[in-house]
Amino acid sequence: MEAAASGGCGSGPPLLLSEGEQQCYSELFARCAGAAGGGPVSGPPEASRAAPGAATAASGPVADLFRASQLPAETLHQITELCGAKRVGYFGPTQFYVALKLIAAAQSGLPVGIESIKCELPLPRFMMSKTDAEIRFGNMAELHGTKVQIPYLITEKNTFKRMDDEDKQQETQSPTMSPLASPPSSPPHYQRVPLSHGYSKLRKSMEQMHPAPYEARQPLVQPEGPSLGGPGAKPLRHQASLIRSFSVERELQDNNSSYPDEPWRITEEQREYYVNQFRSLQPDPSSFISGSVAKNFFTKSKLSIPELSYIWELSDADCDGALSLPEFCAAFHLIVARKNGYPLPEGLPPTLQPEYLQAAFPKPKWECALFDSYSESVPANQQPRDLNRMEKLSIKDMADFPVPTQDVTGDDKQALKSATDEALPKDMSEDSATPKDSNSLKARPRSRSYSSTSIEEAMKRGEDPPTPPPRPQKTHSRASSLDLNKVFQPSVPASKSGLLPPPPALPPRPCPSQSEQASEAELHPQLNRAPSQAAESSPAKKDIPYSQPPSKPIRRKFRPENQATESQEPTTAVGGPASVATVKPHPTVQKQSSKQKKAIQTAIRKNKEANAVLARLNSELQQQLKEVHQERIALENQLEQLRPVTVL
Amino acid sequence: MAVCVAVIAKENYPLYIRSVPTENELKFHYMVHTSLDVVDEKISAMGKALVDQRELYLGLLYPTEDYKVYGYVTNSKVKFVMVVDASNTALRDNEIRSMFRKLHNSYTDVMCNPFYDPGDRIQSSRAFDGMVTSMMIQVC
Repeated sequence: MEAAASGGCGSGPPLLLSEGEQQCYSELFARCAGAAGGGPVSGPPEASRAAPGAATAASGPVADLFRASQLPAETLHQITELCGAKRVGYFGPTQFYVALKLIAAAQSGLPVGIESIKCELPLPRFMMSKTDAEIRFGNMAELHGTKVQIPYLITEKNTFKRMDDEDKQQETQSPTMSPLASPPSSPPHYQRVPLSHGYSKLRKSMEQMHPAPYEARQPLVQPEGPSLGGPGAKPLRHQASLIRSFSVERELQDNNSSYPDEPWRITEEQREYYVNQFRSLQPDPSSFISGSVAKNFFTKSKLSIPELSYIWELSDADCDGALSLPEFCAAFHLIVARKNGYPLPEGLPPTLQPEYLQAAFPKPKWECALFDSYSESVPANQQPRDLNRMEKLSIKDMADFPVPTQDVTGDDKQALKSATDEALPKDMSEDSATPKDSNSLKARPRSRSYSSTSIEEAMKRGEDPPTPPPRPQKTHSRASSLDLNKVFQPSVPASKSGLLPPPPALPPRPCPSQSEQASEAELHPQLNRAPSQAAESSPAKKDIPYSQPPSKPIRRKFRPENQATESQEPTTAVGGPASVATVKPHPTVQKQSSKQKKAIQTAIRKNKEANAVLARLNSELQQQLKEVHQERIALENQLEQLRPVTVL
Repeated sequence: MAVCVAVIAKENYPLYIRSVPTENELKFHYMVHTSLDVVDEKISAMGKALVDQRELYLGLLYPTEDYKVYGYVTNSKVKFVMVVDASNTALRDNEIRSMFRKLHNSYTDVMCNPFYDPGDRIQSSRAFDGMVTSMMIQVC
């Protein structure tokens, strides 16, 4: 021991441990190492690197154990530093023992230092949560067989219930087990028994809704300890029944309120409720609730403004004036706690911190997008996560804990391993590998990103259907070069533009006919004149020069005139060859040509109408012109007649 | 380490004022009050130029025999005034700047709280109080 201690501590003095201390420290160490699943090592919270090798205690259970010692965080940090775990990066046996000794020193009121551990010290006291009770034990007194030094306190409502079940199981199945008489190899049994006693005491105190510090409960439980040896089985059963009744009451009371002992822990039901409330304020679970919205919402809780202000200060960890989902849950939880009479904490409890809340409650698939956004923001603080992980595992452990046997330690480890295996696919909790954070971070976003993308895709697909249908109507599916959109647009410009690039398959035929048609539409006024007013061909020709000023139509007239002469006769029949030309076996071309045909026909109709109007106008003007001519002739005659009279 | 820290609103009424408990705290209040004139002077002097160019830290407003008064103004015309002990020669200008920056950050955090009404006294923010306490001289 001493040699090992000196080797491990380095500059520290050799560690002198009494026999009792040695035993209990080694048990503790075995617990911590065993709880981690054996072998794999994790560094202290500060340095999360894997240090392979010899038996080491995982930092998770170690951190829990240290925290259970009820020392302030700075002291624990100091202890961790002093014991050398920081330096070497893991909790080896020596570091662990030194740490335990330092804890004992701190608890005795001595300053934390290497010197203080040289002297004889009482054993360190640990306030165990139920998880600790399951996994490891802190009751050194068992070894001594004299008195209970460490009270066990269950700190979670769920654990209360389950532990009760456990105890009942145990009590019914192993009634003859009495704590002090039990062999040291089955410490968990011992733990559970005093726990039940502790429960009854605790529940009595709980009913007063008194958030007393944990130490206040110590005297309650401690006197119970020595009396455990006496009662044996019957009082245990009795206690179990008592506890059952108490637990029922507890459950009824705690629908939406926090549990008495650990008011800062959020249960699943509470979590569900908070998330639903969040969604009622803000449908997107990964987004934020703005300050004003949250203010209105929380003001409904009828707490005073300064208190609400303080709750906000506690819960808005990043001080951005908005609440994310974990922040919102923390704030809601604090409000609920305050309404139930709990004084607000000085600082945000670790179980309410956003990182912890994210890790603690793996969300169902549809909320996984939330974690994608938070995966980067998870800090390196392993402790809350480890605590959570171990507790989750232990909860699962409890759930599937089989018939208790003598060799519970082995079962513990196995159950833990199986629970770990179960838990891994379920809630993506880390195994005891060292890069816990990175693994979990990578694993979570990876798996959840799939589901999130599928959700997003589904959502997007949901929006897609409305848009496609209109499109095919406008565009033809197969035509590539012919843009019928332009064809279908105002027919006059379309006709004027010559029906655009015709399909490549029919360039020769449709082109001239189409262009003819287009130009003919233009020429219809003139062409109509020509056939309809054959007698006025000369005036028509005259009209042509009159209509010269508009130069554009003239060009078109001239061009088609060359062709018009050719196709004058079959003006109406032009559509025929075009249609014939278009009526080809190619279905695509047929479609296009039929559409073209229709377009052309409508264009023709319109142009004919225009032609008719213009023709009428033309005839009228011609009439007027005739009359004007005649008047002119008459006047000239009169002038001539008058002239000889004047000319003398 | 400051002897007195004050946050003055735009309308020149105090939002927060805290001093080291001595027998005559009122003199600190008086000093802060008179320093407001100097602050206004400094602001208006730079006011001709663009507001952006104006630096937030105003520097030493005026020294007295026992104390020195430093000023800092935010863009929303909220003023921070700090009175330090003149005998504390070790206190550098950069330290004062950093203290003001911390004050400013804490002040914005208070502002972010939707339950805080701008214009109210800053009395409910424990974080702000804690920060100011850390800045004040530790009077044993």
